[in-house]
Amino acid sequence: MPSTLPETELHNPQTAKTPLDPHLKALENEAIHIFREVAAEFEKPVMLYSVGKDSSVLLHLARKAFYPGRVPFPLLHVNTGWKFAEMIAFRNDIVKKYDLDFIEHINPRGKAENVTPFTHGSALFTDIMKTEGLRQALDAGGFDAAFGGARRDEEASRAKERIYSFRTPEHRWDPRAQRPELWNIYNGMIRKGESVRAFPLSNWTEVDIWRYIQVEDIPLVPLYYAKERPYVERDGMMILAEDPRLELLPGETVQHGSIRFRTLGDFPLTGAIPSQATNLEEVIAELEIATVSERQGRAIDRDQSGSMEKKKREGYF
Amino acid sequence: MTVSAIAQAVEATTGTVTAFPAAETPRLPRDTRPLRLITCGSVDDGKSTLIGRLLWDTKAVKEDQAATLRRDSGKQNDLGLPDFALLLDGLQAEREQGITIDVAYRYFATDKRSFIVADTPGHEQYTRNMATGASTADLAVLLVDARTGLLEQTRRHATIASLMGIKQFVLAVNKFDLVGYDRARFDQITHEFRELAVSLGVRQITAIPMSALKGENVVYDGKASMPWYEGQTLVEVLELATIRSAQTVGFRLPVQRVSRPGESFRGYQGTVAGGSVKPGDSVVILPSGMVANVTKIITFDLVRNAAVAGDAITLVLDRQVDVSRGDMIVSIDSQPQVGLDFDAQLVALQSEGIQPGRRYWLKSGSRRQRVTANPFSQLDLKTGSWNQRTGVLPMNGIGKVHLSFDENAVFDSYEQNRTTGAFILIDPDTNNTVAGGMITAKRSSLTDLRSDEARVVLSLPADLADQLMATEMFSRRRDETDLRRMTAGEASQIFKDAAVDI
Ligand SMILES: Nc1nc2c(ncn2[C@@H]2O[C@H](COP(=O)(O)OP(=O)(O)OP(=O)(O)O)[C@@H](O)[C@H]2O)c(=O)[nH]1
Ligand SMILES: [Mg+2]
Repeated sequence: MPSTLPETELHNPQTAKTPLDPHLKALENEAIHIFREVAAEFEKPVMLYSVGKDSSVLLHLARKAFYPGRVPFPLLHVNTGWKFAEMIAFRNDIVKKYDLDFIEHINPRGKAENVTPFTHGSALFTDIMKTEGLRQALDAGGFDAAFGGARRDEEASRAKERIYSFRTPEHRWDPRAQRPELWNIYNGMIRKGESVRAFPLSNWTEVDIWRYIQVEDIPLVPLYYAKERPYVERDGMMILAEDPRLELLPGETVQHGSIRFRTLGDFPLTGAIPSQATNLEEVIAELEIATVSERQGRAIDRDQSGSMEKKKREGYF
Repeated sequence: MTVSAIAQAVEATTGTVTAFPAAETPRLPRDTRPLRLITCGSVDDGKSTLIGRLLWDTKAVKEDQAATLRRDSGKQNDLGLPDFALLLDGLQAEREQGITIDVAYRYFATDKRSFIVADTPGHEQYTRNMATGASTADLAVLLVDARTGLLEQTRRHATIASLMGIKQFVLAVNKFDLVGYDRARFDQITHEFRELAVSLGVRQITAIPMSALKGENVVYDGKASMPWYEGQTLVEVLELATIRSAQTVGFRLPVQRVSRPGESFRGYQGTVAGGSVKPGDSVVILPSGMVANVTKIITFDLVRNAAVAGDAITLVLDRQVDVSRGDMIVSIDSQPQVGLDFDAQLVALQSEGIQPGRRYWLKSGSRRQRVTANPFSQLDLKTGSWNQRTGVLPMNGIGKVHLSFDENAVFDSYEQNRTTGAFILIDPDTNNTVAGGMITAKRSSLTDLRSDEARVVLSLPADLADQLMATEMFSRRRDETDLRRMTAGEASQIFKDAAVDI
């Protein structure tokens, strides 16, 4: 960082283009406010970075919040070992490009016991690799606040969550005893071992996220755009058939079609949608007339009604 | 839409088709920020059902969500309609008990505007969660069960909503299908509510007879069942409601953090909480009273030539002054109150209530400080009158308190500024948020002075006083002074009375 910051250097011509509309501006302001508040109030924050579109927006907002300084906390990627290959490549580029502190964690127990989505089922796999893995990483780092990109419009139990979501030392969420959260005054007082999950994107919808990505020109994993890709149909989902670890079941064949993803996670558990949308405008146009929610493509949310709440109580994001 | 048409629509959306229908692209309106509203009222009046119905009829419910709703609705109601409340009541405990426990935030849009709605619980035990929703809302939809009329909880919610600065109310006289669409009943409840509204000082009220369950006067009109009702549907009212105006008060920037990326750069980061600012403006740092000039307003995108209320910015000043988190940077010619004693109204949110003489943490903006709260009056919800009453302000009670600080505090009245006039109280033992409060006034600090200390009481033209107060010398000792604004007549009366005293 230079010792002085002349105006020309501060002016970032790349981003100074179409101004945000008042709706997105209000959402951006709110998110920046939350970032700054958490960074100031907590000793050791960390930002959960899952490489998806919400994480990409979250990272962009973090850079804005602390400009002209660096992002003052590390990014944490809780990897399962089953992410799309393109996600990992993209992640590594971003970390380098923006000069970020980065931590990757893979649950060692999962690795040692060879936990896979195929052998253990999606619920148990998620439990061990995501929930337990996240708890391990947060404990190991001694983090007292963790930013997440969750949005209230994603799911019914998320719709209930505070912006500062309090967690016990065991990382448990008690939805029946959440702290009141009035105005934009956040209560960040915790005891040692307790923590909060902070959600700067709480009030964003999926459409807001895409619009913002468009106006701000935020780079994304290419899997979000439609392309001719190989897939198999399994349990009503279109599973990308690129990774050699995907074994075809009897009756399954690899098909080819123009597909894209609305959310990204573990490739065996994330379904694609048929689409011709190869750029942002087309993605947004499809989205505005979409008749199913984005979560529909995720096996983890479909296991049972209320499954997200259960996972969250146990420490899942 | 008729009941059977809805049933068919539900039927048609239970499949899991992944293809997109070729429909016209609806462009969401983006020229304003979304309207924030809450539903409130007593238990089981139909708040969640109403929002569920609103989401349903504005097509905000996607196919897979509709399928889940269909599956979870189980035995449903006599009308064969899905249980729309399940779209909101997302916690397991809520579904089991059929009640709302915590606020649910939902997002929907019509082709005119977008909305953020907070569905709040009616149960008295969860009043804190209703207050959470109310604090940020522009408009309240107050539901009343047409069969029971206004209950104490209805009054509590209306009062909290009004105290928290909500000026626009929709009175939804719900379950109108269960009283045979009786117009007299509607008039009676509306009349009853208008009396309450007058006592609360609420003037903007739209009363609507409604069946949330059947979707009458929600998005579609209810002409078929109540031809006599000529007024607007709920959605029409929401589309025309106004967003709380950006305050025209003085510039306020509660400092969240100091940014020091390099040796010679120092920026103050925060969200503008009132007014506007531009380079060259003179500002005061409170509570210290130091004066400086703004040199730059920085954001990631560009160096700006102005910032207004709501903007998250980094401010650079022209000189090395001591500014830290919790301080407030304000315009020199329109300053908030600084002092050790304030009066406030508050809502007690936890079972221990608010204990007189107990020390709490108070957080307002980015500032956290120690405070003692002494309740001196409580609102009687049945009569609507304030009773002089000291002692514990019990949970869910609405009271007036004296706040006494160890160190200078900085506030506007809530009436003037919904950000710099609001605060929460935190219990230092449990760390829980125990009250939400709104500053009403600063109390005179003169009572704390030694009585033999020399003071001068001066009556001046308001513009001259403002000029004097804008000087650096005055700003520095602002907290030692006491100020009342009044008419010349009132001022001369005070001087007359003083003369008599001697
Ligand atoms: N007949 C009829 N029943 C209704 C109407 N609106 C709601 N109900 C029923 O009233 C019951 C309570 O509805 P909810 O929407 O859960 O009530 P609520 O106000 O959200 O309740 P809490 O959040 O627990 O305070 C449900 O069984 C609804 O189906 C209506 O307009 N007509
Ligand atoms: Mg409810």
